Amino acid sequence: MADNVIEAEKLAARFGTRTIFQDVTFNVRRGEVFVILGGSGCGKSTLLKLLIGLIPPAEGQARVLGQALATLTGKTRNEALSHIGVMWQQGALLGSLNLMQNVALPMEQHTKLPPDAREALARARLGLVGLGDAASRLPAEISGGMLKRAGIARAMALDPDILFLDEPSAGLDPITSAGLDALILTLARETGTTFVVVTHELQSILAIGDRCIMLDKEAQGMIAEGNPRELRDHATHPKVRAFFRREVMEQAP
Amino acid sequence: MRQDKDSTGMEVRADGALCFTGPLGTADAARLWTRAMEACKRGVPLVDAAGVTQLSGAGAVLLAEAARRAGGVELRPPNERAAAENLKRMAAALAAAPPPAPPRPVGFVTRIGQMVLGAGAQCRTRLSFLGEVTQGWIALLARPWRLRFSELTRHLDEAGTRGFGLCILLGTLIGVILAFQSSIPMRKFGAEVFVPQLVGISLVRELGPLIAAIVLAGRSASAYAAELGTMRVNEEIDALSVMGIDPVAWLVLPRIFAAGLVMPVLTLVMNLTGLLGMGVVMGGLGIPASMVMNSLQDWISVGDLAGGLFKAMVFGLTIGLIGCRAGLKAGGGPRAVGDAATSAVVGSLVAVVVLDGIFAVIFFRLGW
Repeated sequence: MADNVIEAEKLAARFGTRTIFQDVTFNVRRGEVFVILGGSGCGKSTLLKLLIGLIPPAEGQARVLGQALATLTGKTRNEALSHIGVMWQQGALLGSLNLMQNVALPMEQHTKLPPDAREALARARLGLVGLGDAASRLPAEISGGMLKRAGIARAMALDPDILFLDEPSAGLDPITSAGLDALILTLARETGTTFVVVTHELQSILAIGDRCIMLDKEAQGMIAEGNPRELRDHATHPKVRAFFRREVMEQAP
Repeated sequence: MRQDKDSTGMEVRADGALCFTGPLGTADAARLWTRAMEACKRGVPLVDAAGVTQLSGAGAVLLAEAARRAGGVELRPPNERAAAENLKRMAAALAAAPPPAPPRPVGFVTRIGQMVLGAGAQCRTRLSFLGEVTQGWIALLARPWRLRFSELTRHLDEAGTRGFGLCILLGTLIGVILAFQSSIPMRKFGAEVFVPQLVGISLVRELGPLIAAIVLAGRSASAYAAELGTMRVNEEIDALSVMGIDPVAWLVLPRIFAAGLVMPVLTLVMNLTGLLGMGVVMGGLGIPASMVMNSLQDWISVGDLAGGLFKAMVFGLTIGLIGCRAGLKAGGGPRAVGDAATSAVVGSLVAVVVLDGIFAVIFFRLGW
């Protein structure tokens, strides 16, 4: 039986009376690269925020490493959060701290490592994502691709079991984007970390995804689940086919 | 054989090697770090991690850093394959990220030179902005319909009508405070009747324009800087330039014009409410309203009032100019907008006080 690190059951998200999605059920297995995909506005990032406990689900339950993060408080929540890392769409690095200080920040909060240990570990994390020579630079002084890499380094600071990445390739050129995909694959294979990636970049999905789910705005929920390459070749749902084959769909009147 | 045995899996063996055994998680690394580094400082011939069964990132960095600080001695990897691979990966990453070089010390003379050059560059950009705005004004005189009246009225409302409440509150309080504070020493000389003159002249010539300027700097200069700074960060200013629209004419002139127009009005509100506050205090002290009115009429001339309102208009134009400049010259990054707002408020206040001093000298020379 597969070792599930995330179990989402009949999840629903609503903003006021507007339903973003409902009846979303899936599992993420340990060590895989799991992709949440779909068109713009279908609720991918909302689902990510729901999984990491920033938004409580309107219905259903999401359990990450056996715990519903949205319901936890205090020390239990802190302890649970130390097992996950999140890379935000724009990196979300603190502008007043240099890259090394940004990466060392979660260590300061969650570990008792002395300052020189935190510094060495932060440098190693930056070295791991190819930013070893940029440790003393401020976020404003680096490119978009470097920001995303630094965001991954910070998300990995505490050896998390699961890394959530929100649109890692968005706004990057194809070469930088491919480099980031290669980095994600390397880290997933070498460290055994589970990756949950929110994206709509087709090439990235096909390059890194072990399994995926696809959300749809009109269907207000999941319309596909499986291996991205198999979905590309064998999907029967017209929207899934159109997404993977980059076809234009006729809009409903 | 073993010496200095550690319960958590670190020991210095008889041959001097620093030996680690068992799982080396983040909490273990935190506990062992200081002692391991001290042992390495004393000198060890080998860091032996053969007995490590599990290795976190922090544990791997501990081993790699221990070997480095011991003078680059041999680091024997764990027998456990996954742990050995993790160590290899983290050691390579650490080697690829050397400690950042400390900033090069800058000499005293160099620092003075940098400050002078920086101040010179700042003066140049300020003068060039003033030039751009003046050019914009001249162009506007030729084609006045180019001024965006919708923007102008919006800023008149934001800087003016929405600031009336604060001006009424501050004006009344200032009038009350001045009347009370001055009546205490004046009473000793039986000169309470001169309090209306004192407060009236102070308000109309000096405090009215000055406090209205402080209100405008706090409310509007910061708002101009934040709004234009955000537009700069979002590349909206560049977009206007590329569309052939002059950002100065489009964004700056309506704001400066509005600030220059509302300042005399705010000052007038401040003066009137201040005098009203003073009148209330005088009434409380037993001086009738008619006497207060007569004193004010005798001592405050139209010239005093006009001088104060003229000063206020100049303060307004200056505050608008400084707020817009701070916003348009905002840098990149998340701190840029905050820095621009701070610079706008501080710059406006300093400029207003300096201008006030200049006006004081000019009015004195002219005998006003």
